[in-house]
Order: sequence, then structure tokens, then C-alpha cells
Amino acid sequence: MFTKLHSQSKLQLLFGFITGIIFGFLLQKGGVGRYNVIINQLLLKDFTVLKIMLSAVVTGMIGIYFLKGRKLVELHPKSGSFGMTVVGGLIFGIGFAVLGYCPGTISAAIGQGNLDALSGGLIGIILGAGLFAQLYPKIQKFFKIGWFGAITWPELFQVNPWVVIVPLSLIIMAIFFRLEAAGL
Amino acid sequence: MEFLTMKLWSPYLVGIGIGILSWFTFLLSNKPIGCSTAFARTSGMIERWFIGNKVDEKLYFKEFPAKIDWEWMLVLGIFIGSFLSAKFSGEFKVQWIPSVWLATFGSNITPRVLTAFLGGIILGLGARWAGGCTSGHGISGALQLTVSSWIAAVCFFISGIATAYFIYYRIGG
Repeated sequence: MFTKLHSQSKLQLLFGFITGIIFGFLLQKGGVGRYNVIINQLLLKDFTVLKIMLSAVVTGMIGIYFLKGRKLVELHPKSGSFGMTVVGGLIFGIGFAVLGYCPGTISAAIGQGNLDALSGGLIGIILGAGLFAQLYPKIQKFFKIGWFGAITWPELFQVNPWVVIVPLSLIIMAIFFRLEAAGL
Repeated sequence: MEFLTMKLWSPYLVGIGIGILSWFTFLLSNKPIGCSTAFARTSGMIERWFIGNKVDEKLYFKEFPAKIDWEWMLVLGIFIGSFLSAKFSGEFKVQWIPSVWLATFGSNITPRVLTAFLGGIILGLGARWAGGCTSGHGISGALQLTVSSWIAAVCFFISGIATAYFIYYRIGG
């Protein structure tokens, strides 16, 4: 691990910025900064969002678990529970469809000139996230309901990570072939 | 450099690019890509204008300090990266109403902006409630094979699809 590099806080801000520029470039080129592409994904007419997400997952997991095997990276699994993940996830989905952007792609939407994202969506997200921060001491109680913690599938099944990665990659690839065959 | 001026890239190439980018964020920054905490931090920075440093005593901002961090810079970077990409391909266009919205709900700006505002509030609240968004859970969490992230991503799409159908086929239909 490059722990020395990780502790250089000013340089890390620059790294975050550069990562963002590349990420934003990719999101725009993928078309997912567009309301039309997101809403048509949710209406199951256009599968661009799913294709991008799943190919990022396959590429990412193979590399991350390879690097982890060489002790070059460590994982950061998020903890979760029914009250946190399922309830929060379902609320998020409603906002996702009503807004038609997500927290990452809204920044890309603003960058390409979408004013509904800038004037309505951005202010809304900041307010909504702020509302959560204010209510956090109260909402936190729900988080204990159905707690399952910060765990990964290989840890849960107590298997070597590649026992999950290889079949999962094949399943995702099969989904891609089905989508292309169906002309979606 | 012709690929830089293309309007769209294959979604598979874009996804592979994001996957490779995530290798580097883990290696060089020890961080997964994520976006939604930046908005919560921003709300804290705005609150600081009104109540000063008392904001740091709030439980949430003790865990997620109301200041600019790696992820905040990432969200700022997305804006710049998307702007550059759109400019290179001639796709940059100032636009109030997306065409799919326009076809169903018309060209009046106010309903679209109010809907976006309302959707933004629900999205911001839900993202922090779930502990991540489409990138933090849907991509970074899923690629680490995190159980909570896979569950979150499935929930995003279940209620997202149900809500989109309701908006376009009930209200708009």
C-alpha cells in the first residue's frame, strides 16, 4: 500500500479532482449525464446505464481483488441494515426517477448545459442531504433494524473471492449478450 | 485524437474505463469513487454561514466534517470533465427541458424545475439514508462485492422503475 501517498492531504485533493475530471468525461461520453438516458433506463427502453454500471463492476472487481491479493489495496465495504439500506435505497429510487439524474451524473448534466439540473436538482440534493444531516440523530435509530454490517459476499459465504468473481462475471456477460441480441 | 470529439462512446468501453479508474483511486488514494457525501458536506458548509462553527458539533458533521475533501473535489471534477467532453464534441447545449420530458409534459419550464427540485430533495435524503448513491453503492460498492451495496442498488432500481412508470404512464399517460 502507498500509505505515504495516501497521507498527503493536499495532493489527495488534486487526485480527487483529476479522478473527477476523467469520471465526468466518461459519464458524458457514455450519455448518462442526460435525463433522457436515465429515465429511459428506468422505463426499460434503453439499457445504457445498466451496461455502464455492470461493465465497470466486472472490470473493477477483477482488478481490485487482484490488487488486494498482492496487498496493494484494502477494501472499504459499507455497512448496512434493512432500516438503512433497503429503506434508504427505496427512497433514493423515487428521487432518481423524479429528478432523472443521480448525485454523480447531475454534476455531468450541469457541465453539459442542463439548467433543470442546476436550478432545481442541485439545490434539491443539497437540501435533501442537509435535511438528512439534521435528522441524523433521530433516523439513526432505524439503522439498527435488521443490521448486517460491512460484509462482502465472499465473507458471507466464507469462500475465496474468485469463487464469486468468476461466475458473476460470466452472468453479467450473459446479460450483455441477451441485451444485444434483443437489440436493447 | 478523433475519439475525444466523438459524441458517444460504447457504454461497455465507458464502463471498462470507470472500472480501471477505480483501480487507481484504490491504489493512489485508498478511496472508492462516490459522490453523495459531497452534497451533505456542502449543506454543512452553507449552514456554517448561519451558525458558525457550531455546525461541527452536530452528530452528522462529526462523522462527515463540513469541509472540502477528496470526494467533494471529485464531484467538482465531474462538472469540468463533462464540460470538456461536451465542448470537444460540440454537444454542449444550454437547455431547460429534456426532450423526453417535453414530449409528455410540455415546454413549460416551471413544472420541470419544481419536479427536479422535489426529486433532488428525495434523492439527497435517500442517498445519505442508504449510505451511498449510484456510484458509491452501485459501482464502487458492487465491485467490492459488498452485500449492502448490492441490496441498495437493487432497491434503487426497483423503486426507480416503479416511480418512472407511475410518472410517465399514470400521470403522463
